[in-house]
Amino acid sequence: MERRYLLGNEAIAHACLESGVDFVSGYPGTPSSEVIDALRARPDRSYYVEWSVNEKVALENALAAAWCGIRALCTMKHVGLNVAADPLMTSAYTGVTGGLVIMSADDPFAHSSQNEQDTRCYAHFARVLCLDPASVQEAHDMIKPAFELSEEFGLPVLFRPTTRICHSKGDVELGPAVPGLRKGEFHKDPRQYVVIPAHTRVLHKKLNEKQPAIRKRLVGAGFNRFEIRGKTAVIAGGIGASYVQELLPAGVSFMKIGAYPIDEEWLGDFVRKHEKVLVVEELAPEIEETVRQVAGCVPVFGKKNGYAPYEGELSPQVVAAILEKAGFLKNPFLPAEPVPGLPPRPPILCAGCLHRGAFYAIKKVFRDAIYPSDIGCYTLGLQLGVVDTTICMGASITVASGIAHSGETRDVVCTIGDSTFLHTGIQGLINAVYNGADMTVVILDNRITAMTGHQPNPNTGATACGIETPPVSLDAVCRACGVRFVETVDPYDITGMVNVLQEAKKRKGVRVVIARQMCVISARRAGVKRGRYIVDPETCTGCGTCVRFGCPAIEFEDEKARINELCSGCAICAQLCPVGAIVREGKR
Amino acid sequence: MSGSFDILIVGIGGQGTILASNILGEACLIEGRHVKGAETHGMAQRGGSVESHIRIDGRYGPLIAPGQVDLLISFDLLEALRYSHYLRKGGRIVVNSHLVLPTSVYTQKLPAPTEDEIVKALKKYDLCLLDADRIANEAGSPLSQNVVMLGAASGWMPLKPATLLESVRRLVPRKTVEINTKAFEMGREAGGTG
Repeated sequence: MERRYLLGNEAIAHACLESGVDFVSGYPGTPSSEVIDALRARPDRSYYVEWSVNEKVALENALAAAWCGIRALCTMKHVGLNVAADPLMTSAYTGVTGGLVIMSADDPFAHSSQNEQDTRCYAHFARVLCLDPASVQEAHDMIKPAFELSEEFGLPVLFRPTTRICHSKGDVELGPAVPGLRKGEFHKDPRQYVVIPAHTRVLHKKLNEKQPAIRKRLVGAGFNRFEIRGKTAVIAGGIGASYVQELLPAGVSFMKIGAYPIDEEWLGDFVRKHEKVLVVEELAPEIEETVRQVAGCVPVFGKKNGYAPYEGELSPQVVAAILEKAGFLKNPFLPAEPVPGLPPRPPILCAGCLHRGAFYAIKKVFRDAIYPSDIGCYTLGLQLGVVDTTICMGASITVASGIAHSGETRDVVCTIGDSTFLHTGIQGLINAVYNGADMTVVILDNRITAMTGHQPNPNTGATACGIETPPVSLDAVCRACGVRFVETVDPYDITGMVNVLQEAKKRKGVRVVIARQMCVISARRAGVKRGRYIVDPETCTGCGTCVRFGCPAIEFEDEKARINELCSGCAICAQLCPVGAIVREGKR
Repeated sequence: MSGSFDILIVGIGGQGTILASNILGEACLIEGRHVKGAETHGMAQRGGSVESHIRIDGRYGPLIAPGQVDLLISFDLLEALRYSHYLRKGGRIVVNSHLVLPTSVYTQKLPAPTEDEIVKALKKYDLCLLDADRIANEAGSPLSQNVVMLGAASGWMPLKPATLLESVRRLVPRKTVEINTKAFEMGREAGGTG
């Protein structure tokens, strides 16, 4: 036994090693990415690991591996499960032979996400098991049983940590790593793996027949447990259980739920021993709905009657307020309000980020246009007024073509990153070309999946494990989709990019401009040194052109611009300055 | 309530708050104590305001409620004020006197408090203000600013200075052990001891 201070995702990755995982796939997405990042970084790998191009692809790969009898892990964020929902739903019918654990990390409060959906609802929908940890230690401790339960019932298991598990840290007790040495072998069985109607009807029945045994089995698994201490009770799930335990007064019974489906008989016995029950859980009222089914005349407090919020994440102060409202305690926290009126410090595109240059050029050429965009660092282009829509991965090109066909007369210029383009952008491009949309697509190509922590993708030229691969040619892909105007530009060269966009503006049909430049963080790590730029205060007229560019390296002091130490030498501001006051340090 | 000693480290993405919280976590392991923490990853790291919660002897959730923090360590003057409501009554605040204004102040001409106004507002707490950037440079590298801050706050933590120093030495890059050791000691001198 070893005790280490680990990030939740690192603890989960270590537990996969302890479970002898054989196959790992996934698509990066906050807060899930560090599990594969930890697994791919190990030099002593005895398992296969890949970053897949999207979650559907990742899950189908992992499912096939599990069909071959080996243990497979597939990771993604909650919205990635929407992309993978198609194989998920039917994988519950086909089942698995090797353990398949699908980690879908939820993000209450949408710290880094487009919505607050709840993976537990998918488990319910697909009729598969779901494990929901309350702490980093429990996240670690659930992984091995997750593989075992998957093998026992021949079903995929959804593992649902949340941001405050994945990105929390704790002292974690670890077990020894076990090498994954199983060798996969596919046993042909069309009745299991070919879901034609005649087969799938039988498989659906089998899935439903498994349910009572699953519920009974989970009672004994130890993730759902209770302590009777009084006439009233709190039932809590996930990390909410940790907050409740910190605050719960003596004399109140406590039940913790960490595994689904919940056995109604077991739950009902507990609930009916009490005079009132409060349910505390993040996001959907998944536990609460089951409690209400079994409560009889015991009053239930929760989201459905306004005692707890549906939205956002729980925290000690939110849980204290819920407990007080439901009459369980007096809120121990005094009100503490932040100092009002401080300027916010939201995340911002880095100094020297290629996206800022690309957005500047787009705005200069297409002044009055509609700008659909996508998911990535460049969504921060919102601050620059060049992001009008963002829905989900790949929805820049499709939204652009929809607007272009709607009768809207303004130009439509959408932006999408290289990883997102490869994830679900290509289909939209084929569709737009096929159906004759009139629009411009700018692919922001930094050759990496930057926002989630610089994971490689097929455009990078290396696999998850650093093995060199031929990078995909975005130019050739676009041309193969039927795009006639495809130009690659350097977004650090503002004049060059403006010229190409002006050319694109004159054309009809779908035009693609690939704005290619290394992510400034990757460049720094690779040792690229461009030299810094400075403002000559004698020449600077204080016009503010450079400041409006929005680069965090440019400050404004005493009516003059000043460049701080964040400067990475992209030189775009030097191209924008109307009086030539910005020069390379050491020159002139 | 929980019996934990609750520390909040705040700053700007890229200033090294995560390494600082790792050093505290490792120090807890060395002393055989439980510890819980929570931090900001992903989109929020791109130059935005970041926070790390560390609960020494923590056994429950990783988050600290506003008004409950025992020790607030801020790598930036403005961020100190932004998170000051997290401090409990009588809590200590250790602040780097360096101020980085958010880009929004320049691009949207938003009003921002001056350094003097911030320091005045922070004086209602048990304030320790130090120029960690200068001290880090003197120690040998501006990057050791986070370790300077830990040194300055070390007198108010329920962890032995020797343990903290051992943890620093374990976690910083090998080439920088000497600089960071010096940074810790110089920070400790600047912060005084409780």
